[in-house]
Amino acid sequence: MNEAVNHEHYSDSLIRGILRRCRTIAMPGASANWVRPSSFAMKYLQNKGYRVIPVNPGQAGDKIHSEMVYASLADVPGRFPMVDIFRNSKDAGPICDEAIELADEKGIEVIWMQLGVRNDEAAARAEAAGLTVIMNRCPKIEFGRLSGELSWSGINSGIISAKRQKAI
Amino acid sequence: MTDDASEGELAMSDDDSDDDAREYSIETRAIHAGARPDATTGARSTPIYQTTAYVFDDVDHAASLFNLQSFGYIYSRLTNPTVAVLEERVANLEGGRAAVASASGHAAQFLAFFSLLEPGDEFVSSRNLYGGSITQFGVSFKRLGWTCHFVDSTDPANFEAAITPKCKAIFIEALANPGGVVVDIEAVAAVAKAHGIPLIVDNTLATPYLCRPMEWGADIVIHSATKFIGGHGNAMGGVVVESGKFDWFANNKFPTMTEPDPAYHGLTFAETFGDFGYTMKTRAVGLRDFGPALAPQNAFLLLQGVETLPLRMERHCANAQAVAEYLEGHPKVAWVSYAGLSSSPYNALAAKYLSLGAGAVFTFGVKGGFEAGIRLVEACNLFSHLANIGDTRSLILHPASTTHRQLTDEQRDAAGAGPDVIRLSIGLETAADIIADLDQALDQA
Repeated sequence: MNEAVNHEHYSDSLIRGILRRCRTIAMPGASANWVRPSSFAMKYLQNKGYRVIPVNPGQAGDKIHSEMVYASLADVPGRFPMVDIFRNSKDAGPICDEAIELADEKGIEVIWMQLGVRNDEAAARAEAAGLTVIMNRCPKIEFGRLSGELSWSGINSGIISAKRQKAI
Repeated sequence: MTDDASEGELAMSDDDSDDDAREYSIETRAIHAGARPDATTGARSTPIYQTTAYVFDDVDHAASLFNLQSFGYIYSRLTNPTVAVLEERVANLEGGRAAVASASGHAAQFLAFFSLLEPGDEFVSSRNLYGGSITQFGVSFKRLGWTCHFVDSTDPANFEAAITPKCKAIFIEALANPGGVVVDIEAVAAVAKAHGIPLIVDNTLATPYLCRPMEWGADIVIHSATKFIGGHGNAMGGVVVESGKFDWFANNKFPTMTEPDPAYHGLTFAETFGDFGYTMKTRAVGLRDFGPALAPQNAFLLLQGVETLPLRMERHCANAQAVAEYLEGHPKVAWVSYAGLSSSPYNALAAKYLSLGAGAVFTFGVKGGFEAGIRLVEACNLFSHLANIGDTRSLILHPASTTHRQLTDEQRDAAGAGPDVIRLSIGLETAADIIADLDQALDQA
């Protein structure tokens, strides 16, 4: 199920497929501070119909944007096809390994590392285990780009099309 | 199948073609980038959204928009759907990440610096600039506590020599107005990079058809879209484009980008918005608080113009080359400064940076100085005597008595606007007609 991914350039169809398929996202590093980027991404994705489950050991038991915070991926109940990592590149490694271990049990298909987060060794391990890995991207920004919303702020979507915009 | 199901089916299948598989060329992008058919009506031409404001779904939606948590329209001082198409179009043509449009090129220049500088900061600029920019940088910016060090741009080492620890940017015009000076962009970009500061390039005269400064290392490109982007002399506008490649966190020089912004509840623009943080900052703080927004009607006119940018620039350059060659052989002409002439000291740089043509704005010297210059301008019939460039119409100006008259003699000479200098902006009329008009005017000069 995973494809040979070029981590310098992800195709629109790869990103679009992930964002259509993975509607429940666990978010390690989610912050309760509303000016932090993770809070922005979580709120945006919720508005687009995604369920986002925050993972942050320091805030376990509290709620962020009405969702219960869990201490680890293993603690998150139910299945979540995507993990969106809001931690630095080094810390992303052990989170990837935890996701690989939980992949079957939790239905994890995609590990996504945020803008500025890249860990090629961890990505190789996840890909060897059959997971798809996206690095140094933000799902909020990619959703906005593919849906045309980012263009509203003058951002270059790179999309050329004579067809009407339809969702993503 | 119910209506709902068929709608769902459509939504899931419509865009499945791998639409990023092809790298479209500039003629295609000049027409299509940023302008998909209107989602609701299917309107093919970009509609003019002549509205000041946009309704919120509810209070939560309003709050998330004001907090920049959602992308959406609030008020046309910040964003407008017609203006947004122009912004994306120019960002795309320049190979940039994002852009913000403004009411004029001068407003774009102000916004570009406002997002970088604090009182007490400095920058280095080429002195070969549009006269209005020399005044903006040297006089009005000074009142904001920003100091500009002007240097002769013909030697990149001059930029290096002028940089102080307080310098936060280098500014050049890729193809300078009015003198036909081409700057060695790649060499100046290397100086900026070595000091960890962005290179800002005014690409108004070259346009992205002839030169894309970001391919040579520029970090920010600005335009007076009033000129060749719009190209018809009927609408004012400016654009600031960011490459998305500048590392704001590499040093501590840009607190406006990397520290919590008190104008936005402590949001950190370079962190939250990543490679388009500078554009978001310029829009959400600069445009919001100073207000030089582009009118949607003007955005429409500029969009209509930019669709034909590649075609127009081809003809502008061909006509300019023919006129420059004619002038070079005229007995009443002392010199011609057009980078497309083999006699130009900038001919080699033009071959590198402007391989498709040296633009359509250049200067020449008329024998007889100031008085002859005035007689020549007044004797033209086809050329319009006015202070603009980049029109379908051929334009003529005597800078010393008009655009550059606020400058000192020394500044005028340095900017290539001495007493005998005539500036031309060659239009799209028949080259022989343009030349015939100059011919009869030179007879009277």
